[in-house]
Amino acid sequence: MQVNEYKPLIVAFCCNWCSYAGADLAGNNRLAYPAEVKIIRVPCSCRVNPMFILRAFQRGADGVIICGCHPGDCHYTSGNYYTRRRMAALFSMLDYLGIEKERTRVEWVSAAEGAKFAATMNDFVQTVAALGENKRLEDLRCKK
Amino acid sequence: MQRIGVFVCWCGSNIAGTVDVKAVAEALKNEPGVVFSTDYQYMCSQAGQDMIKEAVKEHNLTGIVVCSCSPRMHEATFRKTAAAAGLNPYMVEIANIREQCSWVHKDMMTGTEKAVILGKAAVAKVNLNTPLTPGESPVTKRALVIGGGIAGIQTALDIADAGFPVDIVEKKPTIGGKMAQLDKTFPTLDCAACILTPKMVDVAQNENIRIFSYSEVTEVSGFVGNFDVTIKKKARYVKEDVCTGCGACLEKCPMKKVPNEFNLGMDNRSAIYIPFAQAVPKVATIDPNACNMLKNGKCGVCAKVCAAGAIDYTQKDEFIQEKYGAIVVATGFNPISMDKFDEFAYSQSKDVITSLEFERLTNAAGPSAGKLLRPSDGKHPHTIVFVQCVGSRCDACAEKGKEYCSKICCMYTAKHAMLTRDKYPDTEVYVFYIDVRTPGKNFDEFYRRAVEEYGVKYIKGMVGKVTPEGDKLKVQASDLIANKQLHIDADLVVLAAAIEPDQSARPLATMLTASMDTNDFFTEAHPKLRPVESPTAGVFLSGACQGPKDIPETVSQAGAAASKVIGLLAKDKLTGNPCVAGSNELMCNGCSSCANVCPYGAISYEEKEFRMPDRTTKVRRVAVVNPAVCQGCGACTVACPSGAMDLKGFANSQIMAEVDAICK
Amino acid sequence: MQKVTREQLLNKASELLSNGTVSCVLGWAAGEFDYDVTPKMFNCVEELNAGFVFNDFCGANVSKYLVARAGKCEGKILVFLKPCDTYSFNQLLTEHRFDREKVYAVGIPCEGMADIAKVKAVCGDGISSIDTTGEDMKVTTLYADAPVSVAAADVLAERCINCKSKKHVAYDELMGEEGDVIDSARFDEVARLEAMSPDERFAFWQNELSRCIRCNACRDACPACTCEKCVFDNPNSGVENKSPANSFEEKLFHIIRAFHVAGRCTDCGECSRVCPQNIPLHLLNRKFIKDINEFYGDYQAGAEVGSRAPLVNYTTEDLEPGEVFDRRDNNA
Repeated sequence: MQVNEYKPLIVAFCCNWCSYAGADLAGNNRLAYPAEVKIIRVPCSCRVNPMFILRAFQRGADGVIICGCHPGDCHYTSGNYYTRRRMAALFSMLDYLGIEKERTRVEWVSAAEGAKFAATMNDFVQTVAALGENKRLEDLRCKK
Repeated sequence: MQRIGVFVCWCGSNIAGTVDVKAVAEALKNEPGVVFSTDYQYMCSQAGQDMIKEAVKEHNLTGIVVCSCSPRMHEATFRKTAAAAGLNPYMVEIANIREQCSWVHKDMMTGTEKAVILGKAAVAKVNLNTPLTPGESPVTKRALVIGGGIAGIQTALDIADAGFPVDIVEKKPTIGGKMAQLDKTFPTLDCAACILTPKMVDVAQNENIRIFSYSEVTEVSGFVGNFDVTIKKKARYVKEDVCTGCGACLEKCPMKKVPNEFNLGMDNRSAIYIPFAQAVPKVATIDPNACNMLKNGKCGVCAKVCAAGAIDYTQKDEFIQEKYGAIVVATGFNPISMDKFDEFAYSQSKDVITSLEFERLTNAAGPSAGKLLRPSDGKHPHTIVFVQCVGSRCDACAEKGKEYCSKICCMYTAKHAMLTRDKYPDTEVYVFYIDVRTPGKNFDEFYRRAVEEYGVKYIKGMVGKVTPEGDKLKVQASDLIANKQLHIDADLVVLAAAIEPDQSARPLATMLTASMDTNDFFTEAHPKLRPVESPTAGVFLSGACQGPKDIPETVSQAGAAASKVIGLLAKDKLTGNPCVAGSNELMCNGCSSCANVCPYGAISYEEKEFRMPDRTTKVRRVAVVNPAVCQGCGACTVACPSGAMDLKGFANSQIMAEVDAICK
Repeated sequence: MQKVTREQLLNKASELLSNGTVSCVLGWAAGEFDYDVTPKMFNCVEELNAGFVFNDFCGANVSKYLVARAGKCEGKILVFLKPCDTYSFNQLLTEHRFDREKVYAVGIPCEGMADIAKVKAVCGDGISSIDTTGEDMKVTTLYADAPVSVAAADVLAERCINCKSKKHVAYDELMGEEGDVIDSARFDEVARLEAMSPDERFAFWQNELSRCIRCNACRDACPACTCEKCVFDNPNSGVENKSPANSFEEKLFHIIRAFHVAGRCTDCGECSRVCPQNIPLHLLNRKFIKDINEFYGDYQAGAEVGSRAPLVNYTTEDLEPGEVFDRRDNNA
């Protein structure tokens, strides 16, 4: 591992039915993306509580991405519609507080979109890496 | 404290190629709760599973973490292994170090490092896992079909054939629905009555089917497998089990000027009536708005002529309570009202009719005994103009029409045009269309026959205005292909009115907590994969209540809905998904946020008494989740501000622990 | 000066108590100073005569107290509601937080309430008494020889300068005339912050929020924060009762608190009024309200009972979270 290179820490919440399967498909097709991306499986993107996102930032995550089924394709019919409203409001608020808006993202990835999953993660890691470390929302006590 | 065993799989070289599995097992040894950690070539093999079982016994494990392929692959396998070893299957968590690690990272060091972190997250989660048991609920082996058209009839017959009792609730005095009003059916042109009425008889004779005609569903509670339904049997003032359907009362009834709804008001019926000759049940009904006896006590002729003594003027609405395991919605459709389409002069001229009225005009049992005659003067029309898409695909006229395609109009218009030319070759027939849409087996061939063999004049373009003048209808239209205006003197104009869901559907959806789209069509649980199920468990969809459909499609969907119902009723008990939401009543405010977002209507409220610290009691409203209905999406958990609502298997604390482990 | 006087309210309360319409009264009582008025329950006319006040410092939104109090006394509880309080009243009813049958609501007009910080800025510290019965308020201090006269308009609280409504959206009885909803400039300050660069915004909020002492006054006064147990008090939530040991904890608290009340907050401004550190907390809530209005159409929480809050609702055509910023950047 190169010592000097800054590597952002990315937490990705993926819904079980579409995006987590999309991530699996990226694996099946050996589509590489940075290892900094760590996936947490949730039943639906609407399970993602803003608390989890802030907690990730607090503990030192540099970017948080939420992936769910495409609108209209939610396994639970309407879960991602709630995600869409909640996250639009939350991200706008974080931006209002001066947190770089590039650190948060919602992306719809279907179970068939392995390539999109990998491309999204590559792009997100690159974007967050360009911003550098998350200093505005972290809890210094939790730092190693 | 848990006693966790960690099992790192090599998956041959699939994982071991880019992840140092031994190092992962070693690193996870020191995580809190971990008492045993090992690795093996193929964890999912019999030998690997035996290894897990032995370790559970030997180390008294309470939780298991398998670092392997995706949980979508083998979570079920390892849960079974755990259960076989005497552990609760939900004490197993999988760290996905193949699809989401070894296969996407090339470098051994990077892969190993990430695998360790994913393992730590899984360990952190298992530390907070609790044993979960799926709830069980009994299944009432009886189905309710709401709507007695062809969709409801087919669904009921199929369910009854499988040996389950079925009740059909139909708001009209007879089953049969729209199909009973049709003349011929496309694309084979067999007569609707010839194929429908035998099915209606089958329904009447089937021991497993009860028909509640002239009835409505007024209340639904309960959930999948256990619905409690109240059915209102409207008073028909005729004893259903006594009436023989002889029809003597119809003949003698002095009140004969009631518009006949079966013929869409184109002729009249008596105040006591049987909608049509093949009605099922073939029982008379008294129209309380028309009957003099019921209105002012002066008459009583029908009671006098009824040899069976079936007339009962004192009959009251009757409410029936019944339990059902499954409910099928088959409420069907209606043509939209033409009142707002002044440009077609529907309300000004009797000779501007809808396609359904045209069906009655050409039906042998219709008002003109099957002769195609103008409603105004009874003359034979020589020029007929058919207008398609009246109110369909109507973006601009959302006020009066519908945005969607009504799907069936192209085909029935082709049928009407063809039949007219066949029976009356001296008639000129024009069809104005936006597009002709004929997907379906033998459909396009059918349409081409109308054009090529029967000489129906198809003109791409819309009719702008219809003006009654003398005994003619002046039709102004545009021919988009020839790019010119047309003026046609027509004798009859037939409007292919858009279709819309029956008005009873919306209140019914509310009762069933089944969702609807903006057009009031019922929503499917999944548009592609679960097209006959509503998102509300135990509620199924049959026919045009879900979207515009022709008869073949309706019948196949009806059969599909029936098969889903049979699959449900065949079970003695329903085993739920244990990963469901649950509300902590001590923290719940009863604010209804959770119920607002629940797509399944799984959340209800009850008033509960709580002891307060000062020894008084307080009654509070608290949420209660029905685990048999909840599907475990978790929408409610985020809507809940107090955090009273949590999801088993994906609890707030568990996900937070994973976040912490990853970000540490 | 308020259009209704203490005496008028006292008479109304006495009348309703004596004719049995209500059995207790939720109103305001003076604290140690004339200006630290707090909500109080009165059980009889004697208690009212002794303690009831109504003046330019009765900003406290008493609707929240109905959650704990309604149903506690024998009969109905009389509550005096200013126009902005009625929105909270409705919102609490929407959330089934108290029994409407147990409450008799009297709408009272409001000319705007005074901000004591502004008074102090004019008259200095050591205020011993304030008389608000006249056109201007008369402030007596320990250090000045004569009472200082202050125009009420000069010391109006920010939330009253930007008053959103003089209309009562709920009441059993109205004192005075029906007012109107006002097209206020309440979002201007939010827009000003939005126009800043992210760095400036961060600096602004860092400066404001780092003063937070986590006293929970905002939460305790907020009529939307009526949880039986707050997540920040719940040991199982993982975020309980953290004192602001660093720059993040208070941000987490305030973001989550604002999110929890988003779509339910009526913008009554109590959070900012009670903040001992003078943090403009209402600017967080107003941001959510402004966004919700812009994204999903105008919505005023509490305008009617039973409306569905925007964040527990959706349409299939809603904008994407990413589009939020495209919109803003295009508008800029």
